[in-house]
Amino acid sequence: MATNNIPNHKYVIETSDLEIFYGSFKAVTGVNMKIERNKITAIIGPSGCGKSTLLRAFNRMNELYAGTSIQGLVTFEGEDIYAPHVDPVEVRYRIGMVFQKPNPFPKSIYENIAWTARIHGYKGNMNELVESSLRQAALWEEVKDKLHQSGLSLSGGQQQRLCIARAISIKPEVILMDEPASALDPIATLRIEELMQELKKNYTIIIVTHNMQQAARASDYTAMMMLSGEGERSGTVIEFGETNRIFTNPKHKRTEDYVTGRFG
Amino acid sequence: MKEKAVVQGFTDNLDARNRKGVIWHVLFQVSTVIGIVALIALMLNIINGAFGYIAYEARVDPDTLAVDGTPLTEQSQEQLVTLLQSTLSRGAYNKLENEKPFARRPREEVYQLVLERIIRPEIVGVWNLWPSITDADEIRTTVAQEHPNAELEFVSWLTSDFVSRPQTSEPLTAGVRTAILGSLWTILFTILLAFPIGVGAAIYLEEYASDTWLNRLIQTNINNLAGVPSIVYGILGLAIFVRTLEPLTSGEVFGLVDPTTASGRTVLSAGLTLGLLVLPIIIINAREAIRAVPRSLRNASFGVGATKWQTVWSHVLPNAMPGILTGTILAISRAIGETAPLVVVGASTAISFDPSSPFSKFTTLPIQIYQWTSRPQDEFRSLAAATILVLLILLLSLNASAVLLRNRFSRKF
Repeated sequence: MATNNIPNHKYVIETSDLEIFYGSFKAVTGVNMKIERNKITAIIGPSGCGKSTLLRAFNRMNELYAGTSIQGLVTFEGEDIYAPHVDPVEVRYRIGMVFQKPNPFPKSIYENIAWTARIHGYKGNMNELVESSLRQAALWEEVKDKLHQSGLSLSGGQQQRLCIARAISIKPEVILMDEPASALDPIATLRIEELMQELKKNYTIIIVTHNMQQAARASDYTAMMMLSGEGERSGTVIEFGETNRIFTNPKHKRTEDYVTGRFG
Repeated sequence: MKEKAVVQGFTDNLDARNRKGVIWHVLFQVSTVIGIVALIALMLNIINGAFGYIAYEARVDPDTLAVDGTPLTEQSQEQLVTLLQSTLSRGAYNKLENEKPFARRPREEVYQLVLERIIRPEIVGVWNLWPSITDADEIRTTVAQEHPNAELEFVSWLTSDFVSRPQTSEPLTAGVRTAILGSLWTILFTILLAFPIGVGAAIYLEEYASDTWLNRLIQTNINNLAGVPSIVYGILGLAIFVRTLEPLTSGEVFGLVDPTTASGRTVLSAGLTLGLLVLPIIIINAREAIRAVPRSLRNASFGVGATKWQTVWSHVLPNAMPGILTGTILAISRAIGETAPLVVVGASTAISFDPSSPFSKFTTLPIQIYQWTSRPQDEFRSLAAATILVLLILLLSLNASAVLLRNRFSRKF
């Protein structure tokens, strides 16, 4: 990918007619989205409608699952990330990811960040980078005295913030979050949400969540996913817009039923 | 507790279910007990053979060999060499001189030769541990009647001398140093071949190979190879390493041919053959271990833009290493006890020289055991029992070091 992509227009990631397949099974169909810079975009919807699948398509993580393929277009800063000359490793370097289950490396807190920076050829002051990453992830005060303890010794919420610190240590442009708080208690969840508000000053965030209140509280835009029709059972984005509008004035009957808790 | 009211369509079968559980429980316990009993019986049998009374007579009384009042045990190296020269036939002396010049043999070795060649204590009776304890008096009277000149002694066949002496044809002076070193050299080459190739193949098959019919065929065949009888590997080793690659395995291309070695029947050939034998075991275990590395860890690594190789090297391998080492321990245990393929590859049955290079002739502990158990004399069976103990100790210490290594790796950071 070319590196001269000065953020020149409003949208970071765009998809057009995106379809995602597992083998011959079409899991996601007809997605047209524009993800706005420095905003939080939430993807909500019932289980099994393809939210995580769609999210993984944004940084080509889905390729790690055997048999997946896509049709249509996903662009990042105007460039097709699935073009043959694009290295998926670079895509994931620039579009980072935080997973549902906190997954720090089984290394020290320090090494979690240092290893990540080193593999990308970081030559600067490592201590500074570790500190600033942990500060940005609002974890520094809690771990500054035990940087050389295992990342796995932290609590679930701290582990997840360590994963966020690790993700932002390499300065990605977009952070994808796949239900980052679903394994956490309400207090840890709140901290993650507050953190997202801080992070969006510098990063564009796309978050998948099951938690409607979370989407309503934390996101600027919301994409509502549902299984389409009775026949094919593919997931698709049935409605996408400003969070406020989606929750107060949905255009789609099924969105309204879902966000008001009438089903789902 | 008050009984639950019977709901229609259900029967009260809790007692029956519990009884069934108890029966299975007992069956499993019995299986375990049988296993333990078998293991104890094995150990007792070996220990029974490795200790006990022996009766022996000297063919030449050592007292008659004193020179100027110096008893044999205090004579110098030169005096002992002179004694050998004057007593042995010229041919026998020259043969020993050719194997290793007397000038270069330390006194201990020469003294051993005097014991073996001149005094030649001869065993006239051997008893196992159990009769030695229960029928000690009877043994004493029997020996006193039948061999009035014999000395009766309670011995442990497993001694530090036994471990440190080279092999000889005399049971009283025979040792297993040659075989221990042979086994260690062989295992070294087995590990050097099988570990890197096995782990490499496992990484390829798990991480890189795509799921095509060809790869599935290869994988199935690797699994089958683990079940191929070891003698077949022996024949393979004979054909490839001993015959086809003889210039390599005999050291010819390196100009390192051992003068005592004929052809490619060397430590190197044996090690490589055993390496092939355990390769499938290592591959299978390493693949299991690699597959067991959680997907979340791979995701974490790929998610921060690591390449496949960085992910494999920094995360998959370190986390799979305990499992890989467990498989390697199994493989080493298998290899160190193998006899059949080494017989085919051409282990020497009687050599008294330590293997000193990859191109040396060799014998190994199992070969030594096999050879001694097939002798008719009782004393060799006792030697075999002691050798089995040595083999078990060697095996356990090799495994213990592998376990230590594994624990270092599995200490989760």
